[in-house]
Amino acid sequence: MLKYANPTHFLALAARLIPWLGAAAALALAVGLYLTFFVAPDDYQQGASVKIMYIHVPSAWLGMMCYMVMTSAALGTLVWRHPLADAAQKAAAPLGAAFTLLCLVTGSLWGKPMWGTWWVWDARLTSVLVLFLIYLGLIGLWQTIEEPAQAARAAAILTLVGVVNIPIIKFSVDWWNTLHQPSSVFRLGGPAISPAMLWPLLVMAVAFTLLFFTLHLMEVRNEILRRRLRRLSILAASVEDSELSAEAAQ
Amino acid sequence: MKDYSFYILSAYGFAALVVGFLVVRINLDYRELKRKLARFDARETGR
Repeated sequence: MLKYANPTHFLALAARLIPWLGAAAALALAVGLYLTFFVAPDDYQQGASVKIMYIHVPSAWLGMMCYMVMTSAALGTLVWRHPLADAAQKAAAPLGAAFTLLCLVTGSLWGKPMWGTWWVWDARLTSVLVLFLIYLGLIGLWQTIEEPAQAARAAAILTLVGVVNIPIIKFSVDWWNTLHQPSSVFRLGGPAISPAMLWPLLVMAVAFTLLFFTLHLMEVRNEILRRRLRRLSILAASVEDSELSAEAAQ
Repeated sequence: MKDYSFYILSAYGFAALVVGFLVVRINLDYRELKRKLARFDARETGR
C-alpha cells in the first residue's frame, strides 16, 4: 500500500485504474438513468418532479464526501507532510465545488415547483451554501500561494476548520425547523423511502461516487505532473543562470 | 398531474454540463501538461 504513496508508482497505478473506473462509472450512470426514467415511479404528491432527487441527493452526498476526502488528505499533509496528500487535497477542491454547486442548483430547480420558491435561507440550504463558499475559498487559497508545500499547509488548516460545517449540514434538518425535508435514507429506523425509489437512488449514488473517484484520480495525476513540470522549470532556470554566470566570469 | 418537464430537463441538463465541463477541463489540462513535459524531455536530449 505504502508503495503507491510514491508519486511514480501512483502514476502507474492511476494509468491502470482510470479506464476501468471510468467505464464502471459510465455503466452505473447508464443503469441509474434507465432506472430513474423507466422504472422508478412518480411520487404520489410530487409527481414526476421527484426525478430531480436522483441527481440532487447523490450530488449532495458527494459534496460532503469530497470534503471528508479533503479532510483526510489535510491530516496527511499536516501530520506526514506527504506530497501525495497535498495533491489529493488540491485535486478534490474543484470537484467538491462542482458537486456542491450541482446540489444547490438541482435543489433550487426542485424547490421552485414544490415549495414555490427557488431559495430560502433555511438551515440546510444555507449550510450547503457555506460548504460551497468554503470550497471556493480553498480553490482561491491554492491559486494565491505559489509555493505548493506552503499552500498545502494553509489549505489543510482551513479544511480542518471548515469540517465543522459537515455535521451541521447533516443534522441541520433535525436541529432546526427547516423547509427542507428530514433525512429519508440514512436515519435511525432505516430508510423511509419506498424500495422502488431507493434502489435507483442508490445506483445513482454509486455512479456519482465512481465518477468522483475517476475524476479525482485524474486530477491527482495532473497535479503530480504539474509539480514535476514546476521542478523541471526551476531546475532548468537555475542551470541557465549558472551557465550565464560562468560565461560572464570568463 | 402538473408538467415538471422544464425543471427536470434543466436539472439533468445542468448536471450533464457540469460533468462534461469537469471531464473536458481535466483532459485538456492533462494533454497540456504532457505536451510541456515532452518539450522538456526533448530539450534535455538535445543538450
